[in-house]
Amino acid sequence: MQSIDELLTYCEKVAFDLNFAHAKNWKSQNEKRVIVGYLPIYVPREVIHASSGLPVGIMGVGDRKQIIKGDAYYQSYICHLPRGVIEMALDKNLDGFDGFLFPAICDCIRNLSGMYKLAHKGKFQRYFDYPQNFDPKIGGVFYIQEMEKVMDDIFNINGVRADVNSLNNSIRLYNINRRLIEAIYDIRQEFPWRLSAVETYHILRAGIAMPVEEHNEILKQVLDYIQTDRGEPMDNIRVVVSGSFCEQPPIGLIKSIEMAGCYIVDDDFMLGSRWILGDVEENTDDPLQALTNAYLYQSQFSSAYYDVGNPKGKRLVAQANKRGADGIIFSAASFCDPALLDRPEMQKECDEAGIPHINFQYHENTGQFKVIKEQAGTFSDSIKLWA
Amino acid sequence: MATPKDAIKEKSMIIQKEMLTKQFQELSKAKELGKKVVYTFVPGNLIELILAFDMLPVYPEINALQSGMRKKSGGFIKDAEKMGHSEDVCTYVKCDIGMMLNGNIGPTGDKIPEPDLLLLSYTGCFTFLKWFENLNRLYPNAEIAMLHTPYQEAGKMTKEQVDYMVKQLKEEVIPKMEKVSGNKYDPEKLKKLLRNSVQSEDYWVKILQTAKNKPSPIDAYFAGVYYMGPINTSFRGTEECVQYYKELYDEVTERAQQKLLPVTPEGIIPEEKFRLVVEGPPNWTNFREFWKIFYDMGAVIVASTYTKVGGLFDMGYRQNPEQPLESIAEYCMGCYTNMNLPQRVDLIEKYIKEYKADGFLINSIKSCNSFSAGQLMIMREIEQRTGVPVGFIESDLVDPRYFSYANIKNRLESYFQMLEQRKIILQQETV
Ligand code: SF4
Ligand code: SF4
Repeated sequence: MQSIDELLTYCEKVAFDLNFAHAKNWKSQNEKRVIVGYLPIYVPREVIHASSGLPVGIMGVGDRKQIIKGDAYYQSYICHLPRGVIEMALDKNLDGFDGFLFPAICDCIRNLSGMYKLAHKGKFQRYFDYPQNFDPKIGGVFYIQEMEKVMDDIFNINGVRADVNSLNNSIRLYNINRRLIEAIYDIRQEFPWRLSAVETYHILRAGIAMPVEEHNEILKQVLDYIQTDRGEPMDNIRVVVSGSFCEQPPIGLIKSIEMAGCYIVDDDFMLGSRWILGDVEENTDDPLQALTNAYLYQSQFSSAYYDVGNPKGKRLVAQANKRGADGIIFSAASFCDPALLDRPEMQKECDEAGIPHINFQYHENTGQFKVIKEQAGTFSDSIKLWA
Repeated sequence: MATPKDAIKEKSMIIQKEMLTKQFQELSKAKELGKKVVYTFVPGNLIELILAFDMLPVYPEINALQSGMRKKSGGFIKDAEKMGHSEDVCTYVKCDIGMMLNGNIGPTGDKIPEPDLLLLSYTGCFTFLKWFENLNRLYPNAEIAMLHTPYQEAGKMTKEQVDYMVKQLKEEVIPKMEKVSGNKYDPEKLKKLLRNSVQSEDYWVKILQTAKNKPSPIDAYFAGVYYMGPINTSFRGTEECVQYYKELYDEVTERAQQKLLPVTPEGIIPEEKFRLVVEGPPNWTNFREFWKIFYDMGAVIVASTYTKVGGLFDMGYRQNPEQPLESIAEYCMGCYTNMNLPQRVDLIEKYIKEYKADGFLINSIKSCNSFSAGQLMIMREIEQRTGVPVGFIESDLVDPRYFSYANIKNRLESYFQMLEQRKIILQQETV
């Protein structure tokens, strides 16, 4: 068994290897294996896994790669994420990927799917649409068709068709993954010093670049380690961070929030891995229907999800209360329409619920956090003072 | 060039103005008339269905663009930002929210009635979804219906997608319309409206295609945005819409026969020096100044993508009254911004070739990711495929802070110089 520090170092390395060597190495061991890259936020990874595929999350380049070519593809008023994703493709970081999925979250990602088509990257480049109709007989049918298209795409490459057994098995493995992640968040809620937000982030982000089986083992070990105390508790407030679901905040930003006196007890950084709340039914004759039901009825709130009838502001307040948070930090990527357009209403809900909040904007490659640290520090101090 | 007082007021312009005045009057009296009001969006709108239920449409984007043209958008946007909206997001949304914060007074000075139904059919733009969530919170008592239009991700519409939409129309949209309007769905009434739509669409396509003439009798962008008004918004399906397009077609063909150039606010352009294809919406806050830069240089837009946000009738699509709901589904999916990037590039390439354009220009809109994300790649592709000079300018729809006249003029002047030089070279080569 590795020490927790070894595990954390390993996770950080896998999470930020922009050449995805770990995934490519996995693929090279069997000719039926395929790698399917997916953009934020969520895709039902089970259908890829069950087709002998490795779903690999492409979350941008952060501050680990200088953007040169990508900037020539995007105007200054478009967020950063797609620049890095294009740069990676042009720099051959993604060679060896068999296909790409672009989930419906915004028009940038949507149009990026077309750019990949024009650049002929991978054997398929699919915009993965989500039903915004939540009737199982209407939106549900549509969603099953979307998943079947992905299964066809993979079948056309490796001849492997996911069946009831393989899908049930994949669902079971991802259920374990989700449960373990939530268990870690539950422990952190009470003892956030045992695993910092940055460490948690590295562990989760590594999970989207390695097989779920391996990630489950890592999560189990981490969970074991944090059953007992690790680190020193500090006089920090507890916050939920919201709005960072797509373009990822730089690690320095997450660090700054914690160093300024705020324990992050929940967040939407790696939302895709935590999208489905609870288990997906794992022993059914119709696993695609099970995945569909999970999407229709167990989705986490998000800016990608039409929320009339169940407004996300109310759900954010409920999440903050459940986690015992003292405040909410709205932290969105600059020019991120989905996150930023949701913000005023969510803030209003916080005001009505009496939950203090502040907001930041960032780019994935922001290098200076002085101002953010000061703001978060003042936020923390004011809550401590008035609590 | 003719002076402003010589500017020709064509009959079609007068007809359109009357249609709009009547519409806004009706809207301001909606409650008295007992008519229900539907807020909905322009691309892929369901106007024939709305009219079949005898309801009145309100298009928030049209209010925003009108506010832009009347120089009110700047203030509205600032008010929306004061209530917490970011500087970075789509300004149409902020302009609309600002207008509502200021009493929802429409372009004619009358208050726009509150919606009875919020009908979200979000073709080609994810921001619409966010916009409607905001509207839903502003008007919690309005009924709300959603029609999810799948994107043409594979470069085509599939039968499954059509079925998905028809089911939504049958199970979600029509029942809500029945509930709000108190009227029963009448397929025969809908078919009749669709038959009118087809007639208008036939004329509209013929009008657009007159730009294939040299010189072109129309400007398919700056004048095109006026011409497209009735068919893309509240009137498609009506008899007056057919009359409008018939009149416009007659005028345009007459101009073509006389080899007259497009009409501008300052009269008829004397000479067609450059023929351009333009991608992207125009700027509304400085629309006249913007247009003037082009017509002063003798640049005529012979085809534009923006005028296809309401559908690609020129590529053959027509409503099918015999299969009304299926055909409405295809209409929604067929709008320009619902096409994938390769389809958009193919279409632009086709326009450049068929309309014998000298150049291709992108007006990239800060607000609008739906159009703008990917435009630089479109530009490269078009340059490679066609060899025509490409130009790129940036502005915004309704945020006056993002319209820099000097900057745009400079860029366009250099671009026109480039076109001029290329013309000289091409002429020398053919001699
Ligand atoms: S960061 Fe926001 S705007 Fe950018 S791609 Fe992601 S969701 Fe879209
Ligand atoms: S993003 Fe573009 S298409 Fe969408 S609402 Fe804004 S201006 Fe309209």
